Formats: sequence, C-alpha cells, structure tokens
Amino acid sequence: MNKKVTADLAHIKEMMERSSRFISLSGLSGIGAGIVGLFTGIIAIYIIGDNEIVVEGSQMANSSSTMVQSIVGLGVLAMLMAIFVACVFTIRKSKKLGLKIWTSTTKRVLIQLTIPLLAGGIFLLVLLQHSLYGLIAGTTLVFYGLALINVEKYTFSELKYLGILEIFLGVLALFWIENGLIFWTIGFGVLHIIYGVILYKKHQ
Amino acid sequence: MSIIGGLNKDFESRVRLGLMSVLMVNDWIDFTEMKNLLKVTDGNLASHSSALEKKEFIEIKKEFIAKKPKTSYRITIKGRKAFQQHLDALEKMMRG
Repeated sequence: MNKKVTADLAHIKEMMERSSRFISLSGLSGIGAGIVGLFTGIIAIYIIGDNEIVVEGSQMANSSSTMVQSIVGLGVLAMLMAIFVACVFTIRKSKKLGLKIWTSTTKRVLIQLTIPLLAGGIFLLVLLQHSLYGLIAGTTLVFYGLALINVEKYTFSELKYLGILEIFLGVLALFWIENGLIFWTIGFGVLHIIYGVILYKKHQ
Repeated sequence: MSIIGGLNKDFESRVRLGLMSVLMVNDWIDFTEMKNLLKVTDGNLASHSSALEKKEFIEIKKEFIAKKPKTSYRITIKGRKAFQQHLDALEKMMRG
C-alpha cells in the first residue's frame, strides 16, 4: 500500500512538471553557449585592442568603422552559434526523456524569451544608429537577464538567479564602460559555463 | 461510497491520476498533447476522460478547427477540489 502511495505521488509530480515546465533544457546547452561567449568576448577584446570605446560616438575616428562592423558581425555570429549549440543539446535531451519538442510549453517559453530579447534587439539598433557603442555590452546583458527572469517560471527556477546575475553584470558594464567587454565575457562566458555545470549535475 | 480515508476511487488508475495532474497545472489541453504526455492510446484516453467527465471532474470541449475536429480538456472546480482532497490524503498516508 505504501509503495503505491509513493508511486502515485511521484507520478503526480512528474506529470505536473512534464506538462507545465520545459525540462528539456540541458546543462550542456549552457556550457556550450558559455564557451562560445567566452571566445567571442576574448576575440572582441583583442579586436578592439587599445582603441578606446567611448560613449560619445563622434570621438571614434572614421577608420574604426570597420572595427565596429567586425564587432557587430562577431556578435551576430556568436549569437547564432550559441542558439544552435543550445538547441542541439536541448533537442537531444528531450529525445532522451521521451518528450515531444514542439509542445505548448515550448511555445510559451519561446514567446516569453522573445519579448524582452526583441525589445533589447531594437534598443541595440538604436544605440548603433547613434554610435553609442560603449553601451552595447551592458545593454545586451541587462535584456538577456530580463528574458531569463521572464522565462524562469516555465522552466528550471535556477534560471532566475542566472538572470539576476546577468542584470547585475550589465549594470556594472554600463557604469564602467571601459571594462564593458570584460563584464560581457564574464556574463555570457563564465556564468553560462558555471550555470551549465550546476544544471547538468542537478538534473541530468 | 467511493471515498475511503480521503482517497478517491475515481483517481485510482494511472491514466486518470496523470490526466488530473496535468489539468491541475494547465488550462485547456488538447487531445494529442494529453495523449503524448500520458503515453496512452486514443481509446484509452477517450474512455478515461469520458468517465471523468461523467463525474463532472473535467470539461470536454469539442470544436472544429480548419475542418478538423479538436477535443480539449479542462478541470472543473469540482474536479480540482476532489483531486486536491485525493492528493492531501496521499500525502497524509505518506507521512503517517
């Protein structure tokens, strides 16, 4: 009898989680995206080198416009790679768990992620248009953190703490613009890797 | 009497237990998604869901979307109360 009670309760909990939370998110996704972030940050710091990134765009010489282009290109490439890596591991995990990938929970997660990220993306375009390059690193961190907090209720709740830390780093990056890329590299590289390891150990 | 020590006989089967659990934490869930979540056959899900509907524990909505029939489920207030009682009873037995 007791065995049946335990099994029933476990079943109830599992069905509630399976149906309402996106549990296919893999720790490996975090680690993979983190490695992409880490390399991107280091390459960006190397590209910029001794050129000072300043808030006032007019101080940037014309010759550095190619630098801006390569940094933006690098950023877009890194984002696509990180999304690709995250998707690969997540799809792999959902197959392992025997879950369908395209469910109403997945859709909810994607919508809740997209809203803050889209707003952030538009804001970044505005910054680019006004040549406010120095604010980009901090802005990406803040909006990404907000997106994580927004989506936390539909997946692992640990995502909330990652989101808070990303916002914190983003704010630091906005105050110390000269170190913006270092904060960016910590946020998108180091934090992702640490978080991925924790998630992997806990839920795999 | 279908209730013994707080446990509800209506929720004894695995399929019904799963079906009610899913509906406790979701709004409308359609047939295909429920079937995938519970990993049961069409007939199995249909018979258990209609039994729960008869007890007024769940609501079944049938509609046509793009000329295809679509069935969805939602828990009723009565169903929520009954399942919560069942859950409380299980937890009590677990502790005691």
